[in-house]
Amino acid sequence: MEEVPHDCPGVSSAQAGRGASCQGCPNQGLCASGAAAAPDPAIEEIKEKMKTVKHKILVLSGKGGVGKSTFSAHLAHGLAEDENTQVALLDIDICGPSIPKIMGLEGEQVHQSGSGWSPVFLEDNLGVMSVGFLLSSPDDAVIWRGPKKNGMIKQFLRDVDWGEVDYLIVDTPPGTSDEHLSAVQYLAAAHIDGAVIITTPQEVSLQDVRKEINFCHKVKLPIIGVVENMSGFTCPKCQKESQIFLPTTGGAEVMCRDLKVPLLGKVPLDPRIGKSCDKGESFFAEAPDSPATLAYRSIIQRIQESCSLRQPKGENLVGS
Amino acid sequence: MLRVQGKAVHQCDSGWVPVFVDQEQSISLMSVGFLLEKPDEAVVWRGPKKNALIKQFVSDVAWGQLDYLVVDTPPGTSDEHMAVVDALRPYSPLGALVVTTPQAVSVGDVRRELTFCKKVGLRVIGVVENMSGFVCPHCEECTNIFSRGGGEELARHAGVPFLGSVPLDPELTRSLEEGRDFIQGFPESPAFPALSCIAQKILNEAPVGLS
Repeated sequence: MEEVPHDCPGVSSAQAGRGASCQGCPNQGLCASGAAAAPDPAIEEIKEKMKTVKHKILVLSGKGGVGKSTFSAHLAHGLAEDENTQVALLDIDICGPSIPKIMGLEGEQVHQSGSGWSPVFLEDNLGVMSVGFLLSSPDDAVIWRGPKKNGMIKQFLRDVDWGEVDYLIVDTPPGTSDEHLSAVQYLAAAHIDGAVIITTPQEVSLQDVRKEINFCHKVKLPIIGVVENMSGFTCPKCQKESQIFLPTTGGAEVMCRDLKVPLLGKVPLDPRIGKSCDKGESFFAEAPDSPATLAYRSIIQRIQESCSLRQPKGENLVGS
Repeated sequence: MLRVQGKAVHQCDSGWVPVFVDQEQSISLMSVGFLLEKPDEAVVWRGPKKNALIKQFVSDVAWGQLDYLVVDTPPGTSDEHMAVVDALRPYSPLGALVVTTPQAVSVGDVRRELTFCKKVGLRVIGVVENMSGFVCPHCEECTNIFSRGGGEELARHAGVPFLGSVPLDPELTRSLEEGRDFIQGFPESPAFPALSCIAQKILNEAPVGLS
């Protein structure tokens, strides 16, 4: 991937190729001619690649630390429990790739074949891809600006040999920036089922989720629904409930009602969730009777129902 | 979190005027939040546009005489982090406070953050372990909801100071929700001693008057 100048104005901006910082950039001629603003050929290539992928789900959050990667991993585990369902989990959090650790795949390497990069398989029916697999040390930092991150995401979507997949889950970093725009842009022609947005109950988190919802509307990304995570804690000793992340404005329930988006469910805090993720194991196996497991399973079922209402690839898409 | 949502940013001869959050005008704030027309507006910008605004926040805001400039960053090691380090580099001393939660998955990402600091020549003042344990208000049992000790171990592994652990505290969350000053309002609350101790350590590590 080529280096871009520090103050790159962006290839589709009016200043592309003309700005002061464009001097000396290898792409200057391309940008100045307007060719770089033309549709990226990768979009069509990705559309072709995604023909073998039935359902695509983006997992988003406004804030960091709300449990998005934990949710993405367990959505993958839950869907893959049916051995006839092919699941793929793509981690596009380029700077903070936690998925390999949560899935117990730290240290695994990615292999190339004639048909592209092979995902790392946890089970026969569960493949995973992350920039984490391309780093040689757990201390390696990925200090990349937007354009380089976008290039990586393009490669993940275009060059990974996903094969026949029922569900592709895309775990994103928090926010509404390069990674999110790129994922939506590159998958534009391939029909995304929608976004699942993760939040915690407090207003400080919900504020950012409202922005995330507006982002989805802006880029015409359907919203499958919102998950309220860290929703209450039951003390293992006295069994009394406490709200640590207080829903001072009614939590996700009120927000979803106001903005007319589905609330998929609420997941309570359970110390065993963090422990399972640290060990790289499925929380469902560790604590099958936990209220958190039951909540997750109900949410996963609602996501499956939502996806089955949308036309799968291969059939005639009317008005898409 | 500081109860100044909806305030406007004004211009003066020396630049943008930051918003004061207290009567004594001891704490001023600048945020892109003040520049949005509506609070729910999404800022859907790619790197270069974010970098430009961050530069402006450093060079075009009339901060005046400051003892400390505290910069809150998003997670990661990308545009925002590089932009703010570049913009602030001429103004030493500069240091990083690195916050993690205790569990290995978080620490795994924060190790990379420490590498970033090393690579860009940013001194690490210390590591804080946040959300470190929860004391049940009903029975006083402490549960390590997000595990325990990962932050301290990370600091030791990386050879940087460990500043302390802050427990989960619903009063702290409530204060942030309501924009109240937790330090003034809840001196008896579990997070108070931890936060005060960490603040004191930082004051000792980076005292005013040394440049």
